[in-house]
Amino acid sequence: MAKSAWPEANRRKQIGARIARHDGPPKATGAARYAYDMNPKGMLFAKMLQCPHGHAKVISVDASAAEAMPGVAMVLVEKDKDGEFPATTFDGAIIATVAATTEEIAEEALSAIEVEYEMREVITNDREHGLVSGRAAETGDAATVMDGAEVVSEGYYGLPTITHCCLESHGQVCEFRDGELYIWPSTQNVSGYAGSVRTAADLPNEKIHVDVQYMGGGFGSKFTAGPWGTACVEIAKATGKPVKLMLDRAQELKSAGHRPSNFGTVKIGLKKDGTITGFHSDVWGTNGQGRFAQRAMPYCLKEIPNIYTRSQGIVTNRGSVQAWRAPNHPQAAYLTMSALEDAAAKIGMDALEFLKKNLVFGDVDRKDYWAEELDIAAEMIGYASKAHPRGDKTPGNIKRGIGISFHLWGGKGGASACDLTINPTGTVGAKIGSQDLGVGTRTCIAQVAAETLGIPIDMITVEIGRNSYPASGASGGSTTIGGISTSTRDAATKALNVIMANVAPGLNVAPDKLEAWDGRIQEIGNPSNGLSWQDACKSLGQMALTKQGSNPTEDGTELTTADVGGVQMAEVSVDIETGIVTMENFVAVQDIGLIINEKLAESQVHGAMIMGVTWALYEECVYDATTGKMLNPDMEFYQLATLGDIGNFQVKLMDGEKYQSRGVIGIGEPPAISPGAAIGNAVANAIGVRVPELPLTPDRVLQALNEGGMV
Amino acid sequence: MKDFEYANPTSVKAAVDLLSDSWGNTEVLAGGTDLITSMKQGLTEPTRLVSLKNIKKLQGISKKKGTLQIGAATTLSALAANGDVQQHFPALVTAIEGIGSAQMINVGTAGGDLFQRPRCWYFRQGYGLLGVYEGKSLIPEGDNRYHAIFGNAGPAYYVNPSSLAPALIALGASVSVVGDGGEREIKVADLHTTPSNTGQREFSIEPNEIAVAITIPMNGLKNATYEIRQRRGLDWPLVTASVAFKAGSIVSGTNVVLGHVAPVPWRSSAASAALNGKFVNAAAAAAAGEAATRGAAPLSKNGYKVQQVKVAVKRAILAANA
Amino acid sequence: MSGKTHVQTTINGEHTDFLCEPRQSLLEVLRDVVGLTGTKEGCNDGNCGACTVILDGRIVTACLVLGVEAEGAEITTIEGIASGGILHPIQQAFLENAALQCGVCTPGFILASKALLDENPNPTEHEIRFWLANNLCRCTGYDKIVRAVLDAAATMQEV
Repeated sequence: MAKSAWPEANRRKQIGARIARHDGPPKATGAARYAYDMNPKGMLFAKMLQCPHGHAKVISVDASAAEAMPGVAMVLVEKDKDGEFPATTFDGAIIATVAATTEEIAEEALSAIEVEYEMREVITNDREHGLVSGRAAETGDAATVMDGAEVVSEGYYGLPTITHCCLESHGQVCEFRDGELYIWPSTQNVSGYAGSVRTAADLPNEKIHVDVQYMGGGFGSKFTAGPWGTACVEIAKATGKPVKLMLDRAQELKSAGHRPSNFGTVKIGLKKDGTITGFHSDVWGTNGQGRFAQRAMPYCLKEIPNIYTRSQGIVTNRGSVQAWRAPNHPQAAYLTMSALEDAAAKIGMDALEFLKKNLVFGDVDRKDYWAEELDIAAEMIGYASKAHPRGDKTPGNIKRGIGISFHLWGGKGGASACDLTINPTGTVGAKIGSQDLGVGTRTCIAQVAAETLGIPIDMITVEIGRNSYPASGASGGSTTIGGISTSTRDAATKALNVIMANVAPGLNVAPDKLEAWDGRIQEIGNPSNGLSWQDACKSLGQMALTKQGSNPTEDGTELTTADVGGVQMAEVSVDIETGIVTMENFVAVQDIGLIINEKLAESQVHGAMIMGVTWALYEECVYDATTGKMLNPDMEFYQLATLGDIGNFQVKLMDGEKYQSRGVIGIGEPPAISPGAAIGNAVANAIGVRVPELPLTPDRVLQALNEGGMV
Repeated sequence: MKDFEYANPTSVKAAVDLLSDSWGNTEVLAGGTDLITSMKQGLTEPTRLVSLKNIKKLQGISKKKGTLQIGAATTLSALAANGDVQQHFPALVTAIEGIGSAQMINVGTAGGDLFQRPRCWYFRQGYGLLGVYEGKSLIPEGDNRYHAIFGNAGPAYYVNPSSLAPALIALGASVSVVGDGGEREIKVADLHTTPSNTGQREFSIEPNEIAVAITIPMNGLKNATYEIRQRRGLDWPLVTASVAFKAGSIVSGTNVVLGHVAPVPWRSSAASAALNGKFVNAAAAAAAGEAATRGAAPLSKNGYKVQQVKVAVKRAILAANA
Repeated sequence: MSGKTHVQTTINGEHTDFLCEPRQSLLEVLRDVVGLTGTKEGCNDGNCGACTVILDGRIVTACLVLGVEAEGAEITTIEGIASGGILHPIQQAFLENAALQCGVCTPGFILASKALLDENPNPTEHEIRFWLANNLCRCTGYDKIVRAVLDAAATMQEV
């Protein structure tokens, strides 16, 4: 019998290949239809009225004028479980939803709704510690943590709240037909989505049909239907018409999810030789009204002998949090890695040497990987010839510097099931209730199935994006690739074993002495004793064969594991007269398990690095302190890096038996962790002073230069 | 967006006749890159939109009596691609390229650039041009990182957003406007005003006047623009400086105009005076940059702009002389 | 108030008439009236470039153009780039270079790239970066987009 274990390196044709994505042509021609491209006949357009104040109580809502407008089908006023108006604790809280025959009418109806608010005190400031306290979490002994240190390095660091800014906003189109709900959402959770609209639909999951063929970015923010999704369902149910409700850009940025801020002080105790003796962090941040959780500090170097950490949430009138690509890791990395390079600078030690020396305190599973990756990254960026002590001493206004960071992530495949069907003609279909956020899910499923069955990839048809297919977990935590590749491999292996059992007698060998290779089922190593794949499939007779595979596998074969690390080095130039930071070179070395598609894996790393450049240099949710109004809910002032801003990228995926033997591991998130720290460190190395808070905008850079007496 | 009547007259006179004599009732649609967004946001809700698209007279660039005449509806990309503009007015080309968007300059017009509304985020979020909430401007104590460091004693704190105005003012340009009383000429330097209350607009033209052409004297001034912007794509400058001067063994007739630092394009007579009579070199340029900051009164979060003014002026002078 | 206006255009080489309200943007018209949903909405205020189309030979963001202003115009959308089921070299280069992931920014990038190569068949990397600087991507990698445009330029020169 064929085994579900991954094939040896010399037995791989598809896995690891650089295959162009199968969803490419529809996306490049405009044929791909996303949630907001769905226009069922008779559809109503729904728009939401959001609270324009940072903090208010709704006293009354008068929607009668809106309801009376021609073309308005329904106004749904938001109420909580007790029938009360819900608290509006941030700019963008939903007050009401209008559905009308055109977008324009819906919009006009919104302005006809009269809402009476009672204003409440607004707090948006999350930079000052202890303004409003949540519960503090504390570990270690602050009094003794620096005992034995010969030098103590201390710094303040911070990252503001940012948002996901998916290019396709949140929302959905839905329709009730024959008592069942059909729904086209933008979600990263096809199989689980029905659960979040079940109550609004008043239907069991099996009567809710979710269809997501394409979706335009989630980054952690699109696991559930959200209040707009449930409103959309309620309106469709009440009116009996299809309804489209997509957030506009301002709503998207205000209310569809934020990444929590982190601010705090970090102290590092050292011996003069650079050995770390103690670590002290006191960090706070906000998750709007939600509970704040900080990633355990110090990041990566958790074996430092003496650690004290404190973290505290601040409740603010800011939008609430959704998981943001590698939740809480980027913040912990920024605070830790900045403090580490500051400590190295304080004792005049080279940052790379300092980090390598202290890797002894690193995560036991990863420290050897990091050591190797630090050397590779250093080579790639030309560290030996470019590195200099903190502060570029060359004359002129342009200063260059290099910064380093490293990170860790899990990435083990999530739960997934795959139905793999072999047709008597030899064509193959795979169905998984997963989704493609852009990773290339379809392509990877086809590669694994083709590899397992030893047939060309164009014989595989992949169907995903429907919850009628075997359930697969949400795409979060970099769990998709491990999950879908395992379930596909498992299903294909099971199906192959049936074919092999069918044809083995005719070939006079035991089924476990057969292999699927080069479009044939043959005796292992003996192509002359075998038959073509198509002929082998004729053994199925009239009936197609369907087998289900899963992750985890039933027999316990581990095809996916966790725990990856990576190193990033950034080289920047800074104009110290204007404060403008320019990305020059950015290197990512990322370990990964068995690579299914190198081209697509590289794309994930590139995307993560760009997102990283963006939050390092530009992104920040800006609120007015008096009114609690978000001042930049647009892409004009909520800025993303453009093509001209990113400099040169180099990506190295660690490969070879040592890595491949770990099985498949997802890496959508880990390369998004280090950019802020690496770029922040590069700026400090260039200009000689730390710019404590991201993003590294000219005002912050010039202020740090001024305070550091550098200009 | 509120519904409106769309008019596309073929003559300037017909267009003027279609305009209301009070602001906001009607709006002039040129490229629309600002107006369409403003209407979507409900910042202006005209009952009639008067499109300039079909008025041929407003298009084109021509030389006339020692000046360059630019039709007000000429697109910014056509302006930047014009040979005379490239040869004589690099300050304008830099300002247009600095917009960082082929899409915007293909549609945006020279006239539209001058009459676009400020980008102040308090204005854009519905607090009016003066950023007023409960009788008081939110801006002095609010997030004023992109606001004015000159001319900001109140009640206006926003900055003029025009890309072209600083360069045009430095070059001594004027605008011909046509209203129901006929045509008149306004110096670009006098085009922008600072409102003292929320009902006013920030222009010296009447609501029913239309800019038809921009006239730039072609008198051989060396000129350049230097913009400090964070992104190398579509982005607003933090500070810009446009300079023009008569080159000789020593400089004369200097005009230094700053953008994005005040509610109007900010003419720095101190910087101009500092350069006049000097040889252009790094020291003289730096001294002019230093002089340009005189009188700056930064708000709580925009002190960095003072430093950037210094640099922008210095670099613009050196670029003009290069 | 003003009802609907009859507008005549040529879209992707075909004479196309539509009725629209003056307040409808060309983006809404293309997507909701004409049914060409390949043109994407990202920000709806001109900043992201997702709705880039070619209007009379020049790229514009369709969200900032009123439908009524397109009277008499020739418009190319993403649906008009491939011909007869054969991908345009730019589309092919985007696929081969993995220059797309979620795909929402892709139509805008491809149209901006096409307008660039129509005007300047042999652009430098610097020119590409400038020309595409009003097109934002949140998930792929701009680097790969630049490579794709360079590759497409090379391919188109060979033909």
